[in-house]
Amino acid sequence: MRSLFFLLEKESRQLLRNKQLIRVLIIAPIIQLILMPLAANYSVKNISIAVVDHDRSTLSQRFISKITASGYFKLTAYVNTYSEALAVLEKDRADLAIQIPANFEKNLVRENVQKIYIAINAIEGTKANLGGAYLGSIITDFNSEIRAAWPLGGVVEPIPQITIASSNWYNPLMNYNLYIVPAILVTLVTAMGMMQSAFSIVREKESGTIEQINVTPIKKHIFILGKLLPFMVLALVIFTLGLCIAWLLYHVTPVGSLLVLYASLIIYLFAVLGLGLLISTYSATQQQAMSLSFFFINIFNMMSGVFNSVDSMPQWAKNIVETFPPSHFIKIMRMVVLKGSGFSDISYHLVVIVLIGLVFNTWAVLNYRKTV
Amino acid sequence: MKWMNPVIITEKLTKRFGDFVAANELTFEVNQGEIFGFLGANGAGKTTAMRMLCGLLAPSSGKATIAGFDIYDQAKQIKTKIGYMSQKFSLYDDLTVSENIRFYAGIYGMDIKQIKQKTGVLLEELELQSEAKTLVSALPLGWKQKLAFSVSIVHDPSIVFLDEPTGGVDPVTRRQFWDLIHYASNRGVTVFVTTHYMDEAEYCNRVSIMVDGVIAALDSPAQLKQQYTATNMEDVFYELARHAKRKDD
Repeated sequence: MRSLFFLLEKESRQLLRNKQLIRVLIIAPIIQLILMPLAANYSVKNISIAVVDHDRSTLSQRFISKITASGYFKLTAYVNTYSEALAVLEKDRADLAIQIPANFEKNLVRENVQKIYIAINAIEGTKANLGGAYLGSIITDFNSEIRAAWPLGGVVEPIPQITIASSNWYNPLMNYNLYIVPAILVTLVTAMGMMQSAFSIVREKESGTIEQINVTPIKKHIFILGKLLPFMVLALVIFTLGLCIAWLLYHVTPVGSLLVLYASLIIYLFAVLGLGLLISTYSATQQQAMSLSFFFINIFNMMSGVFNSVDSMPQWAKNIVETFPPSHFIKIMRMVVLKGSGFSDISYHLVVIVLIGLVFNTWAVLNYRKTV
Repeated sequence: MKWMNPVIITEKLTKRFGDFVAANELTFEVNQGEIFGFLGANGAGKTTAMRMLCGLLAPSSGKATIAGFDIYDQAKQIKTKIGYMSQKFSLYDDLTVSENIRFYAGIYGMDIKQIKQKTGVLLEELELQSEAKTLVSALPLGWKQKLAFSVSIVHDPSIVFLDEPTGGVDPVTRRQFWDLIHYASNRGVTVFVTTHYMDEAEYCNRVSIMVDGVIAALDSPAQLKQQYTATNMEDVFYELARHAKRKDD
């Protein structure tokens, strides 16, 4: 154990002495955590629409301004014919085209019925679909507004209506940050931890100091542990900074206990840093280590359910994702931060992470050879 | 004679890399307290042989014991008994002189008190007291090499392996380096050293010359000179090495 102490002392000295690296390691995640949740927002905004208004009445104007005032839509073209609108659509300058027919106001007031045509550019599928749905709800809203404003034809006909009470799916006030900030924080800590641990042993291989270590009687698992622990501390610091930013900037605070959160984090870091060290034992140069880590970090970011739901992936993909520590830890994060889950609720995910961590670390110890 | 007790014994120690036999059936003994020079042209197999003895490279066949321990089964015990200074500079550039000493002494199992005392002794021997807090990266090469040597024997090993320790160092520093080697040898440390410099071969008690992976000659410098009717080791080496078939690696 004494050699572990000296190893940790040496690793921390080297880490802390590299002021430039420390600055990057701490400032980079902070900047990313400030920028990324703002950009990575699920609510679709700035849907550009092209409008063909054949009516040009007060009511059609009111309708258009209601659409643009919703905050989701941006009027990019105001054209005369439907074919012009389609051309705008084809040039990708608009996601939706709305055609307001002539006599819009007249028909609406007199006959109480009117049709509007919407053409959707489905190249950006999500945007167009959500846009169509938003537009639908705006039209419904508009409908009931004018009914209230003009009791039509002097006769108040009670119209039976079914209203659906639901959670605010398209409500601009819905806080997506609650969902995305914890997950982004996990990806940042993961990327930093994996990258740095992947470099750690390789750096000694490149400088030749590993030979000097290999002729000493130091035990392999002590050496690996000595490499792992300093990065765990660094990752804990970055995570804590991230939590502070989440609280100050996004008002996201964990509902659950910090003890559960940090205990899970430590277990998670054990697994992720283990993978980094495993990469390190396989790589001969820092370049190789970097390429391999990038491979894993990219896959983790894209497949672990940060932005998209793992549940809607095909079964084979779900099976693969099941072996990714980040996918389990992101679930834990969301459960603890949003729902206040305790150890019993997250036990399945914790057990999986522990098992994966044991595999990675044992593999790393076995693959680190003092004799070639 | 103080060196009649063999601490390195090898028997037909061989290392093959595929078809290439880097070290072929090396059989020799090194006695305690001896300065044993391991000479050979580039690519002759010196480093391979040394790496096998240090436990960094697994032999393909043959036997060897270091300080009475078998290199196959007792690698751990051997590691506490040997020091090693590799061809590649092996101190941490981003640690200071005393931090390097402290780290290596620490992982060899010394406690803080022993380390403090040892550090003082080493710095005094090397006349580096004023540089204790200097980063190793800022030291001149010669000083680094001397420091690396002292660090390699910080745990008082019975044998120290030095792989071309004076490569690229000026003559004055080389002389000082050999003073350190003699000093260690006088305390009973066995020194196993590879070198390219034939004047250094003269400082050794015995010398082996490797050619193409085999030991072509092994004796004291005086005996070798007599045997090859040469006036210096340079001629002896040339006589043996010019028949080499292998090119530089």
